[in-house]
Amino acid sequence: MAVVELLYIISAALFILSLKWMSHVESSRRGNYAGSLGMLLAFIATVLAVAELRYDIVAYAIIAGGIIGAVMAMKMPMTAVPQRTAISHAFGAFAAALVGTAEYLQNNLSIDKFTMGVISAEVILGFLTFTGSIIAFAKLQEMISGKPLIYPGRRIVTFSILAGAVLCAVLLVIAPQKQFVFVIMSVLSLIFGLLMVISIGGADMPTVIAILNSFAGLSASALGFVLNNKLLIVAGALDGSSGFILAIIMSKAMNRSFLNILFGGFGAASSKNGQKGSVRPISSDDTYSILEAAQSVVIVPGYGMAVAQAQHAVRELASMLEKNGAEVRYAIHPVAGRMPGHMNVLLAEANVPYDQLVEMDSINPIMDTIDVAIVIGANDVVNPSARTDKSSPIYGMPVIDVEKARTAIVLKRSMASGFSGVENPLFFKETTRMLFGDAKDSLNQLVAKFKENK
Amino acid sequence: MIEANDILVNLLIFVMASFLGLELIRNVSRLLHTPLMSLTNAISSVSLVAALLVMAHAESSLVLWLGIIALTCATINAIGGFMITERILKMFRKGKKNGSS
Repeated sequence: MAVVELLYIISAALFILSLKWMSHVESSRRGNYAGSLGMLLAFIATVLAVAELRYDIVAYAIIAGGIIGAVMAMKMPMTAVPQRTAISHAFGAFAAALVGTAEYLQNNLSIDKFTMGVISAEVILGFLTFTGSIIAFAKLQEMISGKPLIYPGRRIVTFSILAGAVLCAVLLVIAPQKQFVFVIMSVLSLIFGLLMVISIGGADMPTVIAILNSFAGLSASALGFVLNNKLLIVAGALDGSSGFILAIIMSKAMNRSFLNILFGGFGAASSKNGQKGSVRPISSDDTYSILEAAQSVVIVPGYGMAVAQAQHAVRELASMLEKNGAEVRYAIHPVAGRMPGHMNVLLAEANVPYDQLVEMDSINPIMDTIDVAIVIGANDVVNPSARTDKSSPIYGMPVIDVEKARTAIVLKRSMASGFSGVENPLFFKETTRMLFGDAKDSLNQLVAKFKENK
Repeated sequence: MIEANDILVNLLIFVMASFLGLELIRNVSRLLHTPLMSLTNAISSVSLVAALLVMAHAESSLVLWLGIIALTCATINAIGGFMITERILKMFRKGKKNGSS
C-alpha cells in the first residue's frame, strides 16, 4: 500500500500548489489544473487501495455526479455564481455528513470515545452547513425573501437547538450505541442550519458563504480524523482556512464580528430618519455632458448591477469614455455583491481588463482628483455616514468615498433605501446627481448619445 | 481502533495544513476570491475518498447507499467545481491598449 500513500502525498502537494498558484491571475489556471490532477490521483489511489469495491456502482455514481456537475458548470450564467457556490457547499457538506453517518452506523458498537466525538462534531457541522447552504441558495436564487426572518426569542431558540445537538454529541461519546440520540442530533443540526441562515439578510451573504465554505472544509477534515486519512485532513484544513480568511476579510469590510453577522439579524431595521433635504435628479442628456467633459471616471458597481445584468452596458460606456480620452477605473468594495469577488467576476465576464479593477484602499486616497464617480446599483458601500454618523448602524464600515469626487452620479431605480435600511446622505449632497431608472437602460442611453455625437 | 499516536500525528498535520492554508490564502489577490472559493470547494470534495472507503467496507445496504449518495454529491462538486473555476479564470484578461473587445 506504499504506492497509495505516495499518491496521497503527491495529491496533497498538488492541492497546496494549486492554492499557491491561485494567488495571481497569471498562474491561476495552472493552479486549477494542479487541483484537478490532485483530485484524479486521490481517486485512483483510493480505488487501487480497496479491492472489495463494487466498481460498477462506483462507475454509476461517478458518471451521474460528473454529468450533473458538468451541466451545472456549463449552463450556469455568471450572475448565478453566488447561488452555485452556496449549493456546492450544500453538496460537499451533505457528502461529508452522510459518510460520517455511515461510519457511525457501521461501527457504533465498537467505536472509541475520541472517534465518536469527532464523528459527532463532523455530522453536526456537515448537516448544519447542508441546510444553511440550501437556505443561502434559496435566498440568492430569490426563491425565498432575501430579508432576514426575525421573530421574538430568535436567539434563544437557535442557541437552544445548537445546545441540544451538542448535548446529544456528549451523550453519544458516553454511550455510542444509542442510535436514536444520533438521529436527534442530526435532526437538530439540520434545523439549526436552517434557522441560522434564514435570519441572515442578503447583504451579509458574502460573509455567510465564506463561513459555510469554512464549515464544509472542516467537516471534510474531521472525516479524515475518523478514517485516519491524512489527505482528507490536509485538503479539508486548506478549505477550512480559506473560508475562514475570506470570512475575516468580509466581516472586516463591514466592520462587524462573525457572531453579529450570524446572529445579529442585521438588515431588518427600517430607516428611522426621513429624507434630509432634496435630491437632484439629472437627465441622461445632462449626464452625457458631464461625462463628455470628464478626464477621469471611477465606476463603483454594487449588487444592483448584477440584478440589472448591466455589466456589459457598463463596459460599453467605459470604452466610449476611454475613446473620449478619459481614464476609467472600477472601484470594487470587498463586500459589493453577494459573495467575495462577485463584482470582479461579472466585470471580467463583460471583458473589463482586470488591471482596471481597483480595490477600495487604493482608490480612496485619490478620489478627490476624480472628475466623475458613477455609482451603479451600490448603496451601503458608498454611504458616507459610515464615516461620519456615529448613530448609523453601519458606522465604522469602510466605504468608497465617492462623495469626494468632483461629481457623483448615482444610477438608481428609485429612492428606496439600501439593504441595511440606512438613509444615504450621499444622495442629498450638492455634488451628487441622481439618474433614475433601470441601470441598464440608463447606461444604454448614455452609450447611444456618445455614438450619436462622435 | 485508532491509536493515540495516530491522533497526535493527525492533529499535527491538521494544524500545519491550517497554518499553511492561512498563509497561502492571505496572498490571494482579491480579484480572485470567487474562483478561489470554487477551487477550494472542488478540493474539499476529496471527501469522495471517504465515500469510496465507506462503500468498500459497507456491511449493510443502508451504509452502502449512504456511501453512494455521498460519492455522487462529492463528484458533482469535484467535476463542477474545477470546471466552473476554469470558466471563471478564462474570463480574466489583462487590458490591451486598443480598447475594444
